[in-house]
Amino acid sequence: MNKEYINIALADDDEDDILFFTEAFEELRIKNKVSTFKDGIELMIYLEKLEGELPDLLFLDLNMPKKSGMECLEEIKANRKFKDLIIAIYSTSSSEEDVENTFVLGANIYIKKPNNFEKLKKVLSEVVTTNWQYHTNSLNKENFLLRL
Amino acid sequence: MKLFLKFDFTKISNVVLQEKLNAHNLKYQQSAFGEIELLEKVSAQQLEAFNDSIKNYGIYIIEDAKNIIVQKIKDAIMEMVFSEQNQISVKTSVFLSEKLNQSYSYLSNLFSEVTFTSIENYVILQKIEYTKTLLIKDELSLTEIAYKLNYSSVAHLSKQFKNTTGITPSAFQRIILKRKEIRTDQ
Repeated sequence: MNKEYINIALADDDEDDILFFTEAFEELRIKNKVSTFKDGIELMIYLEKLEGELPDLLFLDLNMPKKSGMECLEEIKANRKFKDLIIAIYSTSSSEEDVENTFVLGANIYIKKPNNFEKLKKVLSEVVTTNWQYHTNSLNKENFLLRL
Repeated sequence: MKLFLKFDFTKISNVVLQEKLNAHNLKYQQSAFGEIELLEKVSAQQLEAFNDSIKNYGIYIIEDAKNIIVQKIKDAIMEMVFSEQNQISVKTSVFLSEKLNQSYSYLSNLFSEVTFTSIENYVILQKIEYTKTLLIKDELSLTEIAYKLNYSSVAHLSKQFKNTTGITPSAFQRIILKRKEIRTDQ
């Protein structure tokens, strides 16, 4: 039987952002479990050590001190252990070149972070729902690219 | 002699259920009346056998029944989208309600409840995913794909691709190719 929830990880150095994201997740119809990390180093230590169930979906802030979202992305993509992990990168602004480069390096989702809560909820709902469709319909994750 | 009987329906239901669950070696926890949580992985066959054994008592697994209908809807959609003749030109709603012999509003509500997406979006998602495969694996042009998938124009497919994924078909193709190049370099 399918499991009935989605396992989400979130890395962001901004406490307010973490609060907004987790609140938005709580309001989703799809049940979810969320683990949060305050920077890229904390996230990577957690992932490397993890032996149980990996997250299904990882949200990475592009700009974090110590270890950026981009550095995390490259490390994750270099490790076969994380091949099934869907990665969503978000940032407040973005050039076309940055977006494409992020996709080429293996991100599945690129989110330009909306500046109000209602829009953020809508965007996150779309990401989680789309991810759910890939998961429940066994679609090819190699082809999972979504820009919002 | 006449006997007058009184039934405790709740108790009867629970006892029957417990006996059947135990008979099928299912480890469970009863979370509420009419709600059972299975504590171990159960195969489809096991579940079907259990389902069969409780049917005679008028007990039915609801969630599973919903999932079965949803799966039928999905199968019908795949048939419609990917049929080789690609000549199924009736509307999705008509096709599905005739195929499954149910009203479209019933099917569409059930589908959204179980899958968190609408039938319309699911159809688009399947078409776009197929388009991606054809672009990458078969190297078909977007014009050829639009024809194959019964789109009225290549512009329509292109727009739907962009609306669904946020990127254009050509950007998609470019990104996947670059990814492959990086991988072969390493």
